Amino acid sequence: MRVRVEVNGEQRVADDVWEGESLLYVLRERLGLPGSKNACEQGECGSCTVYLDDVAVCACLVAAGQAEGRRVRTIEGDGLEEVQQAFLETGAVQCGFCTPGLIVAAHDLLRRDPAPADPDIREALAGNLCRCTGYEKIMDAVRLAASRAKGRAACD
Amino acid sequence: MEFMRPTTLAEALAMKAATPEAVPIAGGTDVMVEINFDKRRPGALLDLSSVAELSAWDLRDDGTRIGAALPYARVIAEVGERAPGLAAAARTVGSPQIRNRGSVGGNLGSASPAGDAHPPLLADGSTVEIASVRGTRTVPAREFFTGPKKSVLEPDELVTAVLVPAPRGPQQFAKVGTRNAMVIAVCSFAVALDTEALTVGTGIGSAGPTPLRAVEAERFAAGLDWDADLPESAARRFGDLVAQAARPIDDVRGTAAYRRHALGVLARRTLTWAWAEYRRSGCA
Repeated sequence: MRVRVEVNGEQRVADDVWEGESLLYVLRERLGLPGSKNACEQGECGSCTVYLDDVAVCACLVAAGQAEGRRVRTIEGDGLEEVQQAFLETGAVQCGFCTPGLIVAAHDLLRRDPAPADPDIREALAGNLCRCTGYEKIMDAVRLAASRAKGRAACD
Repeated sequence: MEFMRPTTLAEALAMKAATPEAVPIAGGTDVMVEINFDKRRPGALLDLSSVAELSAWDLRDDGTRIGAALPYARVIAEVGERAPGLAAAARTVGSPQIRNRGSVGGNLGSASPAGDAHPPLLADGSTVEIASVRGTRTVPAREFFTGPKKSVLEPDELVTAVLVPAPRGPQQFAKVGTRNAMVIAVCSFAVALDTEALTVGTGIGSAGPTPLRAVEAERFAAGLDWDADLPESAARRFGDLVAQAARPIDDVRGTAAYRRHALGVLARRTLTWAWAEYRRSGCA
């Protein structure tokens, strides 16, 4: 089937999509956007976290057809730079596999709660696994991004 | 595989009637896992995510009608005060990403004994609304489950909503798992106090072939002195009766013996919390 979806502000079309295919597969294999990572394929690891109509979701659990006519923002999209920069500066990136999903999840937290307490950060990132176990640096990154966002009227 | 995209409930029901083997999908948190792992190859997927009425909620005279596909995140944010037990359970579901997609309708449709939404629906006497082209019927949540992953749902039917009665007292939910997120319950328990009827509702999760009520425990709690604090001995007795009502098995998540023990603890704690809240609120 054909799937039409707005990705990072651009209208995209994917053809010959199998009906059981995930949005993640369409993004990575058909639309040339490998930033969202494919790991557990069961919503456990959060590596494939993207925005679907502005809601953070695991792209591996969205059927491709469910994205028809909707808006998707991936790690390749605009607006995530500040969180990304904070991850770089704090050394919150080790192997980097979990990073795209964590950046989207952290961004989603910060636009809802610009000054999260540590337990709130932990809860917001509970669906993102880092196999390098670099969680302390990741906490630092989110705290840094939050402190920078604080001075601004709105995040995003 | 066919991919069906109804935009109205009437259309969805017509499609389900014409293709009863079509697997309904909303948040995809169960269905896509099975497809990704090749455990299921349905002939058709019936995508309910564009059926607006399934993702809505509204107030009724006697409670709140929560659309089957309303994601848990919205259950928590929008109807949390009207369905406190369900919202408490919803907060323990998966992760933010999962709560943004998963819904009560999916939990009911899958009918796993471990579904987090089920114990509170049993405890507060919620009703499941089921529709097909033949009409709409309601089934008490307490009668919905017939076996592991089995329910009263006919092949041409869809779960369309749950009707949660207006709370008439404190409600609590507790769950045992290996971490604070992303766990399928080892066991779980919900309690709902009805401070008008002076009764207590219960729901046991993940410790039997279906979600269960603890009828003896409910009977015992109804006989408590509602004008007094809860004696510790009564909380313990309640926990024991809940543990006895469970019908757990050994599996990868825990042993039957552990589940029974943990349930007794959860029941004792949740009743104690709910009773303290009831006494504090001054309805005594």
